[in-house]
Amino acid sequence: MLNIIWPIFIIISFGYAIFSGNLGKLNESIFSSTSESVNLSISLLGTICLWNGIMQIASKTTIIDKLTKMLRPLMRWLFPDINENSNVHKEISMNMVANILGLGNAATPLGLKAMKSMQKENKNKNTLTNSMITFIVINTASIQIIPTTVIAIRSSMGSNNPTSIIFTVWIATICAAVAGITATKLFIKFSEKGKK
Amino acid sequence: MKLVTFLSDVAMPFIILMIIVYGLIERNKVFDTFLDGAKEGLSIVLSIFPTLIGLFVAIGALRSSGIIDAIVNILNPVLNLINFPSEIMPLALLRPISGSASIAVATDIMNNYGVDSKIGLIASTIMGSTETTLYTIAVYTSSVGIKKTRFVLISALIADLVGMLVSVAICQIMF
Repeated sequence: MLNIIWPIFIIISFGYAIFSGNLGKLNESIFSSTSESVNLSISLLGTICLWNGIMQIASKTTIIDKLTKMLRPLMRWLFPDINENSNVHKEISMNMVANILGLGNAATPLGLKAMKSMQKENKNKNTLTNSMITFIVINTASIQIIPTTVIAIRSSMGSNNPTSIIFTVWIATICAAVAGITATKLFIKFSEKGKK
Repeated sequence: MKLVTFLSDVAMPFIILMIIVYGLIERNKVFDTFLDGAKEGLSIVLSIFPTLIGLFVAIGALRSSGIIDAIVNILNPVLNLINFPSEIMPLALLRPISGSASIAVATDIMNNYGVDSKIGLIASTIMGSTETTLYTIAVYTSSVGIKKTRFVLISALIADLVGMLVSVAICQIMF
């Protein structure tokens, strides 16, 4: 994707800068951008290392298992097609818990494993099942307790209160997830009606 | 309002404390484990560093050439109708496509309008509450070799759209 977008950005910028007489500014921005990205990376380094360390501790405890159990009623409603006692059920809820805690490194392998297990029971091998779609939509909604990357960006830019957006992020992400799940459930209903 | 500030202030320290105490109760070597994780963080940042440089230069060039402002001016009347700040538009468009490009755009927006300005806070909220939707869908579907994805893209984009609209609305109310 970036192989297309990146050159387009550069070419458009140069074209427009010549047209608007901003070539001098453009020249300046090349060097200030590189140092900005270095600054950002250094402060990302701090927050991300700290958070990754903390989450490594979490992954060594039984917190994920405990939270996974708490998700059961929700899981039953979200994935009615999946047997409650199957491994898939466990893999999906562990992936969700890992995402919520911000354990991206743990979440993706778990998620891919869950996809593989769901594919085994899929009757139509080249089409996504209802449960798979619900699962992917939940993953794209990115429900997260602590939005670490944004906090790191904000603190690198000298914000007075880098964590002030935590609450607004919660509200927005929950609304997004609810909207995504509702849309998915509606689409599932329509597609089943169509078959009958 | 005070409760909200309190929650935002307390969330991170509380979770750190909870996890460490939990680790202690289960008799883990918490500091050694912490170091392992922190080392891994190092390689994560190193691996995205080259991408960030490339994209920062591209986004910086777009901004300094004046084309972003030109596009924002054109979109302004339309977006004003739904109360969506046009300054956020570049971020809203790139967010589902590329994670690192959206970091670059968000940083650019915060630089230009101020981290703690309303626009900066909206950009932060959008970054925190949405994902790189297209990438996630691609990884999950291709891992099992599925081509027919039915309505997954539409559902996921609806979620993104709602997330962005709510981000704008909640920031207008809260800040």
